[in-house]
Amino acid sequence: MLPHYGPQLVNLLAAVLLLLAFAMLSQRRILSLINLFAAQGLVLFLATVLVAMITAQGHLYWSAAVTLLLKVFLLPWILHRLIRRLNVKWDVETLVNIPTLMIFGLVIVILAFNLAAPISLLAGTVTRSTLGIALASVLLSFLMMITRSKAVPQVVAFLAMENGLFFAATATVYGMPMVVELGVALDVLVASLILGVFLFQIRSRFDSVDTRHLERLKEH
Amino acid sequence: MNDASGLVAQLTEVALAILLAPLLSGWVSQCRAWLQNRSGPGLLQPYRVLAKLFEKEVVLAHNASSLFRSSPYLIFGCLVLAAAIVPTLGTDLPLNPAADAIALVGLLALARFFIALAGMDVGTAFGSLGARREMMVGFLAEPALLMVLFTASLISHSTSLSTIVATLAHREFVIYPSMAFAGVAFTMVSLAENARIPVDNPATHLELTMIHEAMVLEYSGRHLAMIEWAASLKLFVYSCIGLALFFPFGVAQGGDWLGLVLALPAFAAKLAVGGAALAAIEMVNAKMRIFRAPEFLGTAFMLAVLALLVHVLLER
Amino acid sequence: MGFPLGLPSGVDAVLAAACAWIALGAAGMAAPGNLRLSARVLYPAGALVGIALAAAALASVGNAESTRVLPLGLPGLPFHARLDALSAFFLLLLAAVAAGVSVYTAGYVRHGPGAAPGVQCLCHHVFLASMALVLVADDAYFFMVAWETMALSSFFLVTSDHRHAEIRRAGYLYLLIAHLGAISILLCFGALQAGTGDYSFDAMRALQQPAGWGSVAFALALAGFGAKAGIVPLHVWLPEAHPAAPSPVSALMSAVMLKTAVYGLMRVTLDLIGFPLWWWGLVALAVGLASALFGVIFAATQSDMKRLLAYSSIENIGLIVAGFGLALLFRGFGMGSLAALALTAALYHCLNHAFFKGLLFLATGSVLHATGERSLGRLGGLIHRMPWVAWCALVGSAAIAGLPPLNGFVSEWLLLQAFLFTPELPQGYVNMLVPVAGAAVALAAALSGYVMVKFFGVVFLGQPREARAAEARDAGPWERSALVWLAGGCVVLGLAPTLVLALLEPVTQRFTGYSLAGLGGGWLFLAPIDAERASYSPLLLFAVAALLVAATWLAVRAFYHGRVRRAPPWDCGFPWLSARMQDTAEGFGQPVQVVFRPVFRIEGEAPSPGDPRPRYRETVEDPLWYWLYLPVAAQSSGPPPW
Repeated sequence: MLPHYGPQLVNLLAAVLLLLAFAMLSQRRILSLINLFAAQGLVLFLATVLVAMITAQGHLYWSAAVTLLLKVFLLPWILHRLIRRLNVKWDVETLVNIPTLMIFGLVIVILAFNLAAPISLLAGTVTRSTLGIALASVLLSFLMMITRSKAVPQVVAFLAMENGLFFAATATVYGMPMVVELGVALDVLVASLILGVFLFQIRSRFDSVDTRHLERLKEH
Repeated sequence: MNDASGLVAQLTEVALAILLAPLLSGWVSQCRAWLQNRSGPGLLQPYRVLAKLFEKEVVLAHNASSLFRSSPYLIFGCLVLAAAIVPTLGTDLPLNPAADAIALVGLLALARFFIALAGMDVGTAFGSLGARREMMVGFLAEPALLMVLFTASLISHSTSLSTIVATLAHREFVIYPSMAFAGVAFTMVSLAENARIPVDNPATHLELTMIHEAMVLEYSGRHLAMIEWAASLKLFVYSCIGLALFFPFGVAQGGDWLGLVLALPAFAAKLAVGGAALAAIEMVNAKMRIFRAPEFLGTAFMLAVLALLVHVLLER
Repeated sequence: MGFPLGLPSGVDAVLAAACAWIALGAAGMAAPGNLRLSARVLYPAGALVGIALAAAALASVGNAESTRVLPLGLPGLPFHARLDALSAFFLLLLAAVAAGVSVYTAGYVRHGPGAAPGVQCLCHHVFLASMALVLVADDAYFFMVAWETMALSSFFLVTSDHRHAEIRRAGYLYLLIAHLGAISILLCFGALQAGTGDYSFDAMRALQQPAGWGSVAFALALAGFGAKAGIVPLHVWLPEAHPAAPSPVSALMSAVMLKTAVYGLMRVTLDLIGFPLWWWGLVALAVGLASALFGVIFAATQSDMKRLLAYSSIENIGLIVAGFGLALLFRGFGMGSLAALALTAALYHCLNHAFFKGLLFLATGSVLHATGERSLGRLGGLIHRMPWVAWCALVGSAAIAGLPPLNGFVSEWLLLQAFLFTPELPQGYVNMLVPVAGAAVALAAALSGYVMVKFFGVVFLGQPREARAAEARDAGPWERSALVWLAGGCVVLGLAPTLVLALLEPVTQRFTGYSLAGLGGGWLFLAPIDAERASYSPLLLFAVAALLVAATWLAVRAFYHGRVRRAPPWDCGFPWLSARMQDTAEGFGQPVQVVFRPVFRIEGEAPSPGDPRPRYRETVEDPLWYWLYLPVAAQSSGPPPW
């Protein structure tokens, strides 16, 4: 049963990942953004466990455990604490209006699917067609990062980008070497801690977390 | 034998639609009441409302035209026809070659066209307000619904509704990711088209918030009864479409009498669960500003287009 | 094959009809001020010629091609005329609609300022004759002569009421863009003859174009014929010229003249170039979809009846060109039966659009005559005073909105079916982009429903917004018969699609090698590819719907009383209801304006807080006018650069 349903479930989880990336793109509220990010982490965890069961590779279980700890519990907790201390529970505003953003997102998805099509033929796995979706999620998070003006959503977008990369690695080539994975996870953790410190500095300087204020620095 | 069972299925479906649609609305209101910890109006309340309205006299504005007077019957007829072509009990319906998925969307658009015109007929501020808002919801929801049906058509290589249901029910259990996207889009579209929270409040009479109620403000008596019945039929039709596309298990295939008999309780159970889920969704969400409705529906449209793309990528 | 009654058949019939029309026009010029002559004799005679031509075209669609060389023309290039299936189809369209419009004009003309009735009669009939000749021209010279005559005669018709500066301006813009298009078409023919010097179409058909020249010819043809058809960005003349012209002229222009441009594009691409490349189809599809969405979005925000219909024409032409592009795309990949489906959809939509747009323009003509108003903000409630016009306009509006069981739905159905086959295309990007394009078609169709509710609701329903609207009188018998003829055409085309498909079969057979009629379904069901795949039966649907409505009405009457009482409108208990409280045209279009805001160029003026006499003003305009046309005009009218 697993060999038959397993890849289909991975495909389904890939589709849910893309859905969450789109939902994050059009989300206005910060709390919902963080919850969606945690949901993405959960989807990643499930996908990694599934791939581990299909291919019977032990190290992927460890990878899944790290994902769960980091992306479903630790990082969202850090982010929740951050927004509470920054008092930024307001509505998120976007630079471009949402329908235009969705159209860009759609164009990006088409582009990503077509770019990934010849590459995914090279991989030897059953779930290789999800490379297009993973690439699309990465690009969508990137789009989200450049169209937001407040700092915390940009941080969340950066973390979501890493989610997409992780999914690409897991589904297409059945995981990265453990060393690479631990390194990337550590980098992400450290980056978010530094960004947290950075955000406090911005807030104490400008009394707001709008990154457009950073452009005024050059007057000094 | 096939033809006879098909004909019986068809007539049963039409009868069920006409008779049970108010019951579905009553069930949804009752579930909402239970979730809100009040004792509701009772499952049969819509029938009592209809009976009361039929007894009352029709009061027409001086400048109401014959279009206004005939619209309720036209709308009711369109929606009964739409209910007749969605396969709920069996897939072997005799009317099926006459209308496919695109014609179904066309019939719903016809009903919307006439109710909007009827809203504009008397020339009050509320009527044109409601008509304008209804068409605004319509011009985004209709393409989204069409795209959802297209996704299902691409999977089953046909736009004929019975073929779609037969394919989706009888492939060995295959999970279609594109149907996940299409499901979310369809839920959003049905909420908007049936005037449910978060797009419109079916129980409100405040000008700032109403869409459907504003259009039918001038109707009374048996005309209003037909319109209310048509509105609950619309909810019924949308639920049937959702069940046919996403949960087609239990629908009788071909000319199977036993399957047909078993399909009835399966259908009723699915409708009950669907109604409860609708009530839960209405409970959890707040009504959004009318100016946010195009964004909501635009998102649904984009999700439906994404479903098409995911199908082309992942499922070929 | 001989046409019954011993009359000329084939191409001779067309030439005879053109001559008859020109003769009628000349007769009008013989007594220019005589209104009775043109109204009671000449226009009805023109309508009879139209009906005869329609019958001849109908009989010729399935026959072999017939040709004739006329003793006119240049020394080395006499006029060639040829009637084949494509020409016959478009002639049927022209003649059927022209008959209706001529009957309408018989009841519409009256003495007034501007051109004399005889001059208008001349221009009208020369216009019809030149369009018929464009459709049968078989060499470049004859084609261009007929094309130019068409442009000039329609220019004179548009500027019939030449007292007003804005009408003159609209005519000037129209003529300018028509000539830019004509230059492009001329260059296209130049590219097609590929240096042989032989400009007859037979020679062009036999030639194999060198590699790049085919694409050059296609681009020139798309630009030239597109300027006449009104695709974006060459559409700016349409919303100016249609309101400026008298209503029967607008009807003819929108219904028939735009289709001759489509015919020209099809003739050049499918017949003269011969082997269309697939990416031409993609270009045509993109341009068509852009025009469709542009047209319908702008139509939703107009406050002039005829401008709204003009933008709606842009939308429909966009859909036709998109269908044609889809046919080229399929043909380029060798998928013949699908190309036939897309081509059928495009041609069917041509026929449908001719009928329903002609109908609506004629209805606006009646409204204009009855109330003197073109602005939507001054009309309303006309369904009570003008029932004939209103109910025919309802048929037309429902047809444009693409509602079953009328004709607009059938061509949209066919087009959407063609889009559903596109994931089978072998090219990666294309087979993903094109289903998305199908979504754009669905959006355009839904928006056209919005536009038609606005049009019909604001003009005919509600309360009259001005006193003149309250005193309108219904149309006369001539106008009524024309409206009923066109409305009946819409209904018949919607209920009997298999007949039209049988008509289109020779056309698609000739140009794509496949035909649709005869595949699955029989006469009752429209099943273009496979009955399992998709089938639709408007007759059956209409019959069941009528049965249900009648049964409901009878049941309600049988069980309950039928009492009705008239009273003032309820309006939530508000007692001082006035006509100003309904939606204005701008108000009804506001959701579209808000949702699609980036597409418009909006200029607004709002008063300051302390202003004693506050004024609000907002103009919604076409951005292309400012981005493209005004800079070009400034360049060309400024001092020379040397």
